[in-house]
Amino acid sequence: MGLKILTEHINIPGIETLEVYRKHGGYKSVEKALKTMSPDEVVEEVKTSGLRGRGGAGFPAGMKWSFLAKPEGVPRYLVCNADESEPGTFKDRWYMEKNPHGLIEGMITSSYALGANTSYIYIRGELMFVLRILEKAIAEAYAAGLLGKNILGSGYDLDLHVAPGGGAYICGEETALLESLEGKRGNPRNKPPFPAVKGLFQSPTVVNNVETISSVPWIVNNGGAEYAKVGIGRSTGTKLISASGNINNPGVYEIELGVPVEEFIYSDEYCGGIWKGRQLKAVVPGGSSVPILPANLILKTAEGENRLMTYESLSDGGFVSGSMMGSGAFIVFDDQQCIVRNTWNYSRFYHHESCGQCSPCREGTGWMEKVLHRIEHGHGHQQDIDLLVSVAKQIEGNTICPLGDAAAWPVAAAIRHFRDEFEWHIKHPKEATAPGAVYRGQLDTVTA
Amino acid sequence: MIQDEVKFSDAALAEMQRYISHYPEGRQKSALLPLLHIAQAELGGWVSPEAMDKIAEILNIQPIEVYEVATFYTMFNLKPVGKHVLEVCRTGPCCLRGADELIDTLKRKLNIEEGETSADGMFTLKPVECLASCGTGPMLQVRELFYENLDSEARVDEFLATMRQTEHEIPTWAK
Ligand SMILES: Cc1cc2nc3c(=O)[nH]c(=O)nc-3n(C[C@H](O)[C@H](O)[C@H](O)COP(=O)(O)O)c2cc1C
Ligand code: SF4
Ligand code: FES
Repeated sequence: MGLKILTEHINIPGIETLEVYRKHGGYKSVEKALKTMSPDEVVEEVKTSGLRGRGGAGFPAGMKWSFLAKPEGVPRYLVCNADESEPGTFKDRWYMEKNPHGLIEGMITSSYALGANTSYIYIRGELMFVLRILEKAIAEAYAAGLLGKNILGSGYDLDLHVAPGGGAYICGEETALLESLEGKRGNPRNKPPFPAVKGLFQSPTVVNNVETISSVPWIVNNGGAEYAKVGIGRSTGTKLISASGNINNPGVYEIELGVPVEEFIYSDEYCGGIWKGRQLKAVVPGGSSVPILPANLILKTAEGENRLMTYESLSDGGFVSGSMMGSGAFIVFDDQQCIVRNTWNYSRFYHHESCGQCSPCREGTGWMEKVLHRIEHGHGHQQDIDLLVSVAKQIEGNTICPLGDAAAWPVAAAIRHFRDEFEWHIKHPKEATAPGAVYRGQLDTVTA
Repeated sequence: MIQDEVKFSDAALAEMQRYISHYPEGRQKSALLPLLHIAQAELGGWVSPEAMDKIAEILNIQPIEVYEVATFYTMFNLKPVGKHVLEVCRTGPCCLRGADELIDTLKRKLNIEEGETSADGMFTLKPVECLASCGTGPMLQVRELFYENLDSEARVDEFLATMRQTEHEIPTWAK
């Protein structure tokens, strides 16, 4: 059992209430920060911790905080990104539902560090039931003097509100999120200016993921140096992993960064192995936007080293033989799953979710979906594979926001590692479209 | 179809004002999404042009500003829907656990295609993208609630039977 920074108390009955949460040490960080530390000292601890953003990009949180512009007389905002729409990701929902005060405590301590007096939690509209849990907990915190004016007599004021989205994956992108929070369509903004300079209501703003913010209380209580001792290298601390797909124990697991991938998949403490006695075929380790890896490359790097659950190890080999940590959504495929069908499914998702502002993304995602649909349904042409690769290349790097890349990478990676499966679909449409048909060739290279 | 005489209840109007109060002076438009949700919950699961006009009036913005937002977000139904809208997740991770089968089963049992409403007006089938419930898929959402692990015909039958007996979940603000 590794150290549990976020989930130590999560299964205690009643932990969603202020009373039980406080009984287990809750809100200590608010007391400590507001009464004994300056805002800059809190920022320093977060810097020292090496905590990296848990929303997908892995950018160091303390560094992001230190970029926040602080012009005189202009309000600053902290916005929590609880949009959680990346396919495969469900850790934030799970955490907020079970431990709402954990996030609220993090919001107070972090808002104090940034000098924000109004903060928002932007939650995807589908999670209205979680919004209600958060609002109930926020009301408790106000009643206890942990929110509002002069918190715990410290002279610091903070209002905290929850805002629902309306169903749009793109609103997880931070500038689209800010547009949406202002009551507009979720069209990502051109950068610069960055939110740290002009964010919500044109004011300096920090956007952080639920898990990032919820890690701050532990760092304040125990010190950034203690946090940095957990994990390996620049992958410090613990990470919530959403495990889904064809495994025996899907769910959310808090791991110390550095657990071997093989252990994560096969140990009963985590995924518990592949379901129905089947074999591992592939894994998407960081949510639908990151490259898929075949079994041999997810378990070991191209050099034959054990792959570990860290930012560095998962991306070892770059896009040739590696992938990314992303949001920590670990999607496992058994040997009965069709890679072509899955790739088509994801391309439909990105086409559906493109906001339509840039032509490479709007048109390119549509093309990829169309071509993948015809391959999957037995009408593919031999040139289609190269066509897909070329469309993906034209999207990559040519768009306002990273959704374009997120749509292109999974297609390029699926073709890179499973080209023979695509070819089989095109050459043998009848066999490939038979009910339950799955290509088996690639499995010969599996060494589980 | 017209939702004539759009009139929000006092509870709904109070809830709308509560959201508006969360934003700075002059930034009341920020409450647009919450207001659309409240309107949709009050008005039978969809928002008509009349309802959107009313929201524009409350927020003191142009009606077009409401339309362009309502059409961008997938959660707002701009046409009448059945009593229960079944928002079934159709995305990859759920498909690994049987989402395609769930959608097929629902189509067959309700005798409808995607986007349609059953003849008795009880169910609308609306496939949606990942709902952050991938570990408990296949799953679907009805109003504010999730129904998870619908991985066998028996569980689907049980679910549909329950829904036929179920009135709408009443949002907390209306209680
Ligand atoms: C298309 C797209 C979707 C995103 N969705 C989310 C999301 O649902 N949740 C999230 O925290 N970050 C999401 N991000 C990343 C955010 O833009 C941003 O980097 C993040 O919220 C920063 O927080 P962090 O530094 O704490 O990770 C998304 C990015 C893109 C491009
Ligand atoms: S890349 Fe796609 S989603 Fe992002 S701004 Fe351009 S069109 Fe919109
Ligand atoms: S894929 Fe269905 S809830 Fe995520």
